[in-house]
Amino acid sequence: MSTAQSFADIQAAIAAQFPAAIVGEDATVRQPWLQIAPDQLRDVAFFLRDTEGLYFDYLECLSGVDYGPKPGKIGAVYHLFSIPYQHALVLKCTVDRGTEEQLPVIPSVVEVWKTADWHEREAYDLIGIHFEGHPDLRRILMPADWPGHPLRKDYENPEFYHGIQSAY
Amino acid sequence: MSQPLHPNAERTELDYTELLRRSSPNKTQLSELDSEEMILNMGPQHPSTHGVLRMELVTDGEIVLEVIPHLGYLHRCFEKHAEALPFPQIIPYTDRLDYLSSMNNNLALVMAVEKMMDLEGNLPKRIEYIRVLVCELNRIASHLVAIGTFGLDIGAVTPFLWCFRDREHILKLLEWASGARMLYNYIWVGGLFFDLPVGFEERVAEFVQYFRPKMDELNNLLTGNQIFVERTANVGVLPLDVAISYGCSGPMLRGSGLKMDLRRMDGYSVYPELDFEVCVGTGEMGTLGDVWDRYKVRVDEVAESLKIIEQCVEKLQKAHPRRPDFDPRALCPKKARPKAGEIYARAENPKGSLGFYIISDGRSDIPLRCKVRSPSFSNLSAVPAISQGVIIADLIAILGSVDIVLGEVDR
Repeated sequence: MSTAQSFADIQAAIAAQFPAAIVGEDATVRQPWLQIAPDQLRDVAFFLRDTEGLYFDYLECLSGVDYGPKPGKIGAVYHLFSIPYQHALVLKCTVDRGTEEQLPVIPSVVEVWKTADWHEREAYDLIGIHFEGHPDLRRILMPADWPGHPLRKDYENPEFYHGIQSAY
Repeated sequence: MSQPLHPNAERTELDYTELLRRSSPNKTQLSELDSEEMILNMGPQHPSTHGVLRMELVTDGEIVLEVIPHLGYLHRCFEKHAEALPFPQIIPYTDRLDYLSSMNNNLALVMAVEKMMDLEGNLPKRIEYIRVLVCELNRIASHLVAIGTFGLDIGAVTPFLWCFRDREHILKLLEWASGARMLYNYIWVGGLFFDLPVGFEERVAEFVQYFRPKMDELNNLLTGNQIFVERTANVGVLPLDVAISYGCSGPMLRGSGLKMDLRRMDGYSVYPELDFEVCVGTGEMGTLGDVWDRYKVRVDEVAESLKIIEQCVEKLQKAHPRRPDFDPRALCPKKARPKAGEIYARAENPKGSLGFYIISDGRSDIPLRCKVRSPSFSNLSAVPAISQGVIIADLIAILGSVDIVLGEVDR
């Protein structure tokens, strides 16, 4: 019978394989999280999915988060779950906010979990994160020619869209 | 040149056809197609897309080569609104996510906020049993819509009418409890809007007695019907590994044979005290994970929900009866201000696992971020993967078996 691994075990397993990957952590909170360096994210994701004893086969949720102009950070949060072992893990990948012309870049995990496809498109659409390596990064909820990314904290709603009043 | 819709708007040189083409362009270019292929646009106003979903189909005759869903026609900025609202005021907005199972949506959000405020597990048992009771009633109502419209999609009109007739009984019961027919705002942070009205438990017990034979009738008419089986068995087979990779949940995942139900697995609220089975697909009529299996999982779940409802009614009548001094709002916080932190909480909705990822900064009453992980969104994303090479009529059956609600897909 397979058993769930503790957060410390999972963290140790990642640290042993990728010494430079973990750049931040918080084990004191209810759902402990690890912050992963963007350049290692994809490797860590493959490692978490395929390693026996970890086997995070289910990407429950991928959320883009804008932490606001003051910290100047933006990021993606991955809620992973392992169906056979029934343990969960939260990964974070945080980068600088970038500008409208130069969107922040986070590597895509579509190859690891297919569900990341639409979730990354949503994060690109609403938060404005460019997921590098995504096969089809288009807007998904907003119209294709919508200006800006609405869930950014400094977003200003345009007054009109194609002659339709859109301010609320 | 067209007239602007608002006097202050700038005039535009483009006509509306061109504007529409820019706002929702097709992914496939005509130049990419072979001579036999064509693009067929299904939706957004199409009865079989269960709402305003547009699907761009690349077809070769009757064969669907590629399906490209276009979402967003019902996008109502839930997450943006939630970032401007105190936590208890977000609850009515969750009603409008999956508007066929508002009680379950309320419960998922309320559980997330209660976890952040350390209220979880401290509530009176009567409140928990009422929550489970109304959620399971709502689950049956949602599954009845799923079953009925699925039958309608592939040409069976009578089950649709029967399902909606019986669903109306549930909606009347829930209206009696909450005051609203579909959008309840009934489950509050730390409690409930009201206690159940006097006589509610008895009426629910009556409904269960009335409804069991009706489900048998429906099974006789539809489930084993040979025409129905011909249309659904071996169609749209979703292998388990594909389902997991696409993040499917609920009847969609269980239809592929995985016994995963958050009511059992996470055991939230009083579900650990209740006796019910987790229904999975068996491939009885064809291949495991086909359209018929997903349909059958829902039919079986209705029976299990009836079992849960009966147990809840008994508990509410005997172990935790109504008392004059019982106040379902006693624990509701005057001001819901969670500590700084974040939570991801999930609950088993009729459609699958509904999750809320909430970040609170601890200084204000409003969340910093409130992301919804909606089951329909992930379930729908698997449709293109299992619809390549099917005929158009089967695509309708596949989409019907996923049971999407666009309010939840687009949020």
